[in-house]
Amino acid sequence: MNPLAAVTWSPYVVGIGIGILSWLTFLLSNRPLGCSTAFFRTFGMIECRIRGDAVRERPYYRLFPPTIDWQWMLVAGVIIGAFLSAALSGTFFPEWVPDRFGDAFGYRPGLRILVAFIGGLLMGLGARWAGGCTSGHGISGSLQLSLASWIAAICFFAGGIVTAAAIYGGL
Amino acid sequence: MFERLRAHERAQLALGLLMGIVFGFLLQKGGVTRYDVIIGQLLLADFTVLQLMLSAVVTGMIGIYLMKRFGLVALHTRRGSVGSTIIGGLIFGAGFGILGYCPGTVAGAVGQGSLDALVGGVPGILIGTGAFAALYPLLDRHILNRGKFPGDTIPEILGVNPWVVILPAAAGIVALLWLLHWMGF
Repeated sequence: MNPLAAVTWSPYVVGIGIGILSWLTFLLSNRPLGCSTAFFRTFGMIECRIRGDAVRERPYYRLFPPTIDWQWMLVAGVIIGAFLSAALSGTFFPEWVPDRFGDAFGYRPGLRILVAFIGGLLMGLGARWAGGCTSGHGISGSLQLSLASWIAAICFFAGGIVTAAAIYGGL
Repeated sequence: MFERLRAHERAQLALGLLMGIVFGFLLQKGGVTRYDVIIGQLLLADFTVLQLMLSAVVTGMIGIYLMKRFGLVALHTRRGSVGSTIIGGLIFGAGFGILGYCPGTVAGAVGQGSLDALVGGVPGILIGTGAFAALYPLLDRHILNRGKFPGDTIPEILGVNPWVVILPAAAGIVALLWLLHWMGF
């Protein structure tokens, strides 16, 4: 069978692939894999459109100017790559409510979107607060043996495990 | 050796897109762009996320430190702190458990058609990062620099050759993956 058409690959194969991809990001682009800064840059670009260019002068916007950079293109690429993978395996389909959520709380798109939005708010806040996300700290920082990244990754999972258990009634 | 390529802005934007396509393809094939898989990990019922991340870390770690040994790459690490890393990490974790995607996999989820990621998760993350930017001057003054960690990398803090950390870390990760496999995950 054509491996590109397989629905899933072994997580070890995928992990090794992402590890090799990280060699290339360091070697060819002198950057680690990361995603969350791109979200802030996008927010900044939208805010500039609405409120004008004065926002660029604020402290955090000076550190991370609202422009399209390598990482922004990376995140855009993730959308395309995931689409290609899903389309090739015939698993691209519009879905409002994932099964596990729907089975526990009902297949109501409004509820799932509200929950996802609240989770996203905390995630965006926490990612910039901690200076990275599951890719920037969890993978790229950990593989460089960054102390902050190992601690951040442990906090990501500790917080996630407690919250998921609370939501799904495991606590 | 790669200075010209690294300094070429247009080429870097193209490379970023290309590497992102590969990254997104791998994340989707690994199943981690699915809410059910991420929540399964956080409920400790499915260890796909950990298996994938730890395989990436072992592979990446050995390659990056070998290339660094030969002067081909530089590290990109930052000093963390209790106020930034731990507090921010726990807020992120709470969001992780509620959203069921992370900033990279939410983009992948959008690509595979998950509309909860597109309509709920992405706007939430965008506004969350904006909220941090608004709070940044205050947090920077009072919280982010509290309890600075003693150094950037674990070998640097311990004052040892990086391989003294890499080899046991790699062995420990492989042993943990074996253990999970043996337990039936």
